[in-house]
Amino acid sequence: MKPTVTLARKAREGSVTPDGPRVPVSMTVNGGVWKLTVEPRTTLLDALRDGLGLTGTKKACDRGECGACTVHVDGRRILSCMTLAAMQDGKHITTIEGLERDGNLHAIQSAFIEHDGFQCGFCTSGQIMSAVAMIEEVKAGWPSAATADVTSQVTAADLSRAEIRERMSGNLCRCACYPNIVDAVAGAAGRS
Amino acid sequence: MHPFTLSTVDDPAAAIAAHARDPELAFIAGGTDLIGLMKDHVALPERLLDINRLPDMARIEAVPDGGLRIGALARMSDVAADIEVRRRFPVIAEALLFSASGQLRNMASLGGNIMQRTRCVYFRDEDDLPCNKRRPGSGCSARQGLNRNHAIFGWSESCVATNPSDVAVALAALDATVVVQGPAGERAIPFADFHRLPGDTPERDNALGRGDLIVSIEVPSGAEGRASHYLKIRDRQSYEFALVSAAAAVATDGLSICSVRLALGGVAHKPWRLRAAETALRGASLDDVDTLKVAIARSFTEARPLAHNVFKIDLAQRVVLRALQIAGARA
Repeated sequence: MKPTVTLARKAREGSVTPDGPRVPVSMTVNGGVWKLTVEPRTTLLDALRDGLGLTGTKKACDRGECGACTVHVDGRRILSCMTLAAMQDGKHITTIEGLERDGNLHAIQSAFIEHDGFQCGFCTSGQIMSAVAMIEEVKAGWPSAATADVTSQVTAADLSRAEIRERMSGNLCRCACYPNIVDAVAGAAGRS
Repeated sequence: MHPFTLSTVDDPAAAIAAHARDPELAFIAGGTDLIGLMKDHVALPERLLDINRLPDMARIEAVPDGGLRIGALARMSDVAADIEVRRRFPVIAEALLFSASGQLRNMASLGGNIMQRTRCVYFRDEDDLPCNKRRPGSGCSARQGLNRNHAIFGWSESCVATNPSDVAVALAALDATVVVQGPAGERAIPFADFHRLPGDTPERDNALGRGDLIVSIEVPSGAEGRASHYLKIRDRQSYEFALVSAAAAVATDGLSICSVRLALGGVAHKPWRLRAAETALRGASLDDVDTLKVAIARSFTEARPLAHNVFKIDLAQRVVLRALQIAGARA
């Protein structure tokens, strides 16, 4: 069947201008305040990479399916490809570049090195950002689909390998380094 | 994405008025469904109105009578983590936890979740294949195409798509209501009436019209709430939409079923209540599997499978039985 393109789509794509009207947005990224103007259709991911030059956050599927673009907004892990930069006014954003302290890697970053939790590395910043926030979710008592009984309290002691696999399922690794990723997260979670 | 404007609103009345007068305006909350649809050129709104700053719409309140009020802007992860939600209605927490990924649950709102559009691959196809839901009158590619993931109940020649929401299945089983503010004031839509069957107008997913804003979802108290369970079967164990899912909530006297409420996901254009089975199950014993199977089968006489999803008829009945048994064990 030959694909057809709707008139509406043609008309709208024809009207695309490289520089549409821009809107101001102010956000704190890795502790620094940035005042930007962005086109409304700019995703947070593109603003971080192309606007601020923070290319540690990766663009892979760009459809909310792979987790490579994971960053923290107000301490929570989210997908930066599925939200608009202009919606982040006043938000605090942390990217992979913001995890180190005084030249020292975050415990999760060190654990990925120690456990060889990557091969090509393209998903790694998303994996690490996801893991850092995931461990905080567990500490806050959040259950998961791997939790045996959601009606009971959840503690950090419950973070089994099955729990880690479930809670990290939003981050795909096409090199399939999953066993080592689980080792890294388990190792770091046990120390934190 | 196509060009559009974005503005923010902090007054519900202003949001409703803007939406009512402007057919090219869409509300955006979590954005996890809408932005994907915009990237695939399925949704092309000219103006977005960010409703995340509307006041008091993200609260999760345990109502003293045993019910629950969930603000439309409450995030999936917050609702799933709420200890009162987990204790009063485990089926809601489980349905949410079996949805999407940790990142998406942090973003997606409950109001947006129940409005999310079908995952039918033809509907979301970047090359814009015929789809009556996407472009009315263009035809249904799935009817004679790949329809393994599609409906076995309530479909029409116009559309065989399924609703992808997990929590909507739980809310349908619990007889929740969707509280909507619109140009004519506030109204409460029974969950069973919120989503539509496709009929001749599959482009309309739900009962909302221009100017309608979901403000909350209310779950009534009920003896069945605590003894409830959500069971989801999918092609991979995590981060996947349902092939078939079931929400079961049951009230018992010993092993005897006093009342039960059952809904299926992944089988229709809306969460599919199994009313005939619910009636037939009354008085049955939870350990009498043969009787339970016969009673559940009462709701499948009207099933109409497509070329590739005949398996769903058997699978769905097994999923309902297992969900009912697990829910019953919580009673």
